[in-house]
Parts: sequence; C-alpha cells; structure tokens
Amino acid sequence: MIQRRRIRAIVANGLVALLTAVTLIPLVWMVTVSFMPRGASSHFPPPFWPERWSGENYYELLVRREIDGAWFDYRVLPALGNSLLIAVIATVLGLLLTVPAGYAFAKLRFTGRERLLKLLIAGLVVPGQVAMLPLFLLFKELGLVNSFAGVILPGLAGIFAILFVRQSALAIPDEMLDAARLDGASEARIFRSIVLPLLAPITVTLALFLFLGSWNDFLWPLIILTDQSKYTLPVAVGAIVREHAADGELMMAASVVTTLPVLLIFLPLQRFYISGLLGGSVKG
Amino acid sequence: MTRQERTAWLFTAPVLAIIAAMLVLPVTLALALSLTDYSIYALADWSNVRFVGLGNFAELLRTALFWRALANTALFAALGVPMAIGASLGAALLLHDTTVRWKPLWRVALFAPYVTSVVATAVVWRFLLNTRFGLINYALGWLSLPPVDWLGDPHASIPAILLFVTWKIFGYNMIVFTAALSSVPQDLMEAARLDGASRWGRFRHVTLPAIGPTLLLASVMSVAGFLQIFAEPYVMTLGGPAQSTVTVLYFMFDEGFKWWNLGQASAVALILFILILAITFVETRIGKRNQWL
Repeated sequence: MIQRRRIRAIVANGLVALLTAVTLIPLVWMVTVSFMPRGASSHFPPPFWPERWSGENYYELLVRREIDGAWFDYRVLPALGNSLLIAVIATVLGLLLTVPAGYAFAKLRFTGRERLLKLLIAGLVVPGQVAMLPLFLLFKELGLVNSFAGVILPGLAGIFAILFVRQSALAIPDEMLDAARLDGASEARIFRSIVLPLLAPITVTLALFLFLGSWNDFLWPLIILTDQSKYTLPVAVGAIVREHAADGELMMAASVVTTLPVLLIFLPLQRFYISGLLGGSVKG
Repeated sequence: MTRQERTAWLFTAPVLAIIAAMLVLPVTLALALSLTDYSIYALADWSNVRFVGLGNFAELLRTALFWRALANTALFAALGVPMAIGASLGAALLLHDTTVRWKPLWRVALFAPYVTSVVATAVVWRFLLNTRFGLINYALGWLSLPPVDWLGDPHASIPAILLFVTWKIFGYNMIVFTAALSSVPQDLMEAARLDGASRWGRFRHVTLPAIGPTLLLASVMSVAGFLQIFAEPYVMTLGGPAQSTVTVLYFMFDEGFKWWNLGQASAVALILFILILAITFVETRIGKRNQWL
C-alpha cells in the first residue's frame, strides 16, 4: 500500500514537473535566443543555448544609431516609456473612479441604485469592439486620435472593476459604518478611514488587473495611435514583426522587453492576482 | 437629498458619466453607423454619408470572405474551447492530487503565460512553429513524426494558433478549477472508494457533478473569448495562408481601418455581438434545463 502510494507520488510529481517544463520552455527559449548572435537560431537541430552570449540584438533594438547619414531606431525605448506612462495613468485613474463607486453601490443607499446596478450587469455582455468604430470617429472630432488620452479613456469605463469592488465591499459590516456615523464622522471620512483600509488588499488586486490590462491591450491602441512615436510596446512589436519577421533573434529581444516588466510586477504580487481571480469566480 | 445620497452620487457620477460616454453612446452610434454607407469619403466630409437601411447587412451576406471569417471563427471556438478547457481541467486534476508537493510554485509557473502580452508571445510561437528551425517540429522529429508546415498550410494554421492560445490561457481556468475541485465533498469520495468505484467512476459520478457548474461557466466564457480572436492571427499569420485565419474581428479591423468602410465594419461588429449574445443565451438555457447552473 505504502509502496503504491510512493509510486503514485513519483508519477504525479513527475507529470506536474514535466507540464511546468513544457509550459516554461517557450519563455526560457525566448530569453536564450534573444542573446544569440544574428542568425544563430536558424540551424537544425534548433539550438536551445547560445554558443556565445551576445547583446547585439538588444543593442540594435534599443540604441539609436546613424545609418547612411540618417538616424534610425526601432523606437522600442520610447514605446516602453509610453506603455509605462499609459499603464500607470490608466491604473491610478481607474482606481480613483471605480473604488469609491464600487463601495457606493454596495453600502450607500441612494435612489436608483438597484436599477443602475442591473444596467451595469447588462452592460458587461457588450463586447468592447462594438464601441470601437464610433469611438474612433468621436475621438477624431474631439482631436483625441493619436493621443494618450484617446488610448486611456475607453478603458476607464470599468464596469467589471465596479462590480469587483462592490463584491468585496458587501462584506463590510453595516454596524461599523453606522457606529462611525453616530460618532459624527462625515461620509468622506468614513470612506477614507474605515472603508479604504478594509478594501486595501482588493485594491492591490484591482491595480494589478488594470495595469496588466492596459499594458497588454492591443486592438484599441493599434486603432487610435497612428504615429510611431506614440506607439505602446505591443503595437510597436506588432509593427516590427510584420516588417522584420525574418530576424528571429531581434524579435525575441523585442518580446523579452515586452514581457519582462509584466512578469517582474506579477511574480511578487501573484498572491493578490490569484485570490482576486477566485473571488470573481465564486460569486453569484 | 440625504448626506449619504449626496456622497453616493459624488462617488458614482464620474465613472457613470464615463461609461455613458465611452460605452452607451458609442454602442448606440454603432447601431446608427451600421445603417449608413460611412466610408473614406465621409471621413473627409460628413455630408457624404447616406442612409442605406439594412444594405450593409445584405452586402455582408453576399461577401464570400465574411462567410469565410465566420466559418474560421466558428472553427476556432469549436476546437479551441474543448482544447483549452480540457488542458485546464487536466492540469487542475494533476495539481489537485494529494501527493503533489510545492503546489503554489507549480501554480504560479503554469499561470505565468496568462499575464504576458499576446503580441510578444505570439511572436515567440511564430518561431517555435517554424517549419525548419522550430522546436515543435524538432520535438515531432524526436517522436519520428514528419514535420508540419504549421503556419503555411491552410489546414494546420488554425490548430497551430490554438496550440499557442491554449498554452497562453489554460492557467486561468486551471486556477478556477483547482478551487472548484477542493469543494468536492470528501466523504462522498471516500464512500465511493469504499464501495469499490473505479478512479474513472469516481471522477464521473462524484467529481464531475460537483464541478459541473464551474466547468459550464468557464466554457460559456471561453466561447465568447474565442469568438473575439484577433491579435493572434494579426501577428502570427496576417490572416493567411489562403485566408484560413481571417476571423470576424480581423475582417472588421481590415474593413474598418484598412479600407475605412466604417458603416460596413459596424455591421460586422453588431453581427458578432448578436452571435455572442445568442450563443451565451442558448448555453445558459441548456445549463439551466439540465440543472448545471
């Protein structure tokens, strides 16, 4: 019996390790190929480890240089800056807009609350793409095409975020809030001193969702940004791959630059991300 | 107005205004736009717009590429949902086994692809799937299977993209399923084991009924997700080979922002919206009838 259990443990652990290895190979391979000299990966059998570690792909990708008297670069560093700026602004504004709203929908009594809530839930089923074409025309009239405001604004209509915050805010005991009201605390004070500390963990989770969502967004920035110097990283990488697809090592370096910041943010905060994901799935 | 009410409006009005401006208004306009012949000429001057009724929809039904895009998208969903859900469930069952150690570590590693950018990892998979120098064909060679022209053969292109999509997203539902699995009643499991039920029997009659609702919900959401595939073919195949990976959204993007037929493109977006609504509705009805939800 114990023997059988040991065999089973070895098989199960082995399979999990194998699955993890297969899952991580593409990411590890992305990094190793990005350090190979140009053309080194186009061999059979495909090399997994660089014979000689080289930084030339990163140099070519990131550093502006003169070619035949004209300045040239892939505009990856500016795109990295754009992506960071947009993601930070989108996250901060998103939190400012949706955390108080989610709390209000959970705990503050006001006329029309239930009806608005129903409308919001109904709004969840509308795919964003339906709004994109008219939004583009509206933004063109408003002069927002090719601006960061144009990239950020549609993402601020965070129905999911409001409902997500509301779900957690529902757990705050009413007695706590009423006691503070009896002590003469203003509603703003209650929100700041009682509600916000209680909602801190899910605010971190939501911030992660918003940041990663903005960082990885592709279709809308692709539509609204027309000038290369305004591109976000995914749009810039998408443009490079459609033109320089043959340069494998260079493309891997571009992918590393795009995925690394996200993984560096995700890994230390993964606990918040995963708990948030489960909070969303057990509702109802 | 009470103090509470004033605060509530102060807290909700800004985001509600944005939702009205960024979602409600544009969706209403999309309806209007789909009934016009808005094209590149109208982009220069609004007076060139004419009302065409349901003309865009009639035109779409006569467009072969639109039907092709619909069929491709249906294939993406029909193959992709079982593939992705199956991978998630398999990984979750494996991770749920009591003998497995270091679970949090495996969980994070398996989830990592989900948080990466689709564009960046699609680029990586383009090279993994390379016919001559890709790791995948190399692995096939190991198993003495012939190489596949993954992204060059119209019959292999959709499965190839689905391999990538499954790799990228299975971690998400894996986490959801692991949570559902830990809610499977242990006493029932023990009773089934004592009654001599086989491993498959226990899975079929104890585990599956317990996680059924979660499975169904995940499938419904996956269908909606697969119907909205865009970035993967945009980066990996440019819609080819032989238009085998042109999806509905890809078609909409080209129609709208390459040819500037925004009226026509709006009609495409609305058809996709209606399809998603209809399929979701039917799925939840089936789920309710069988009491899975």
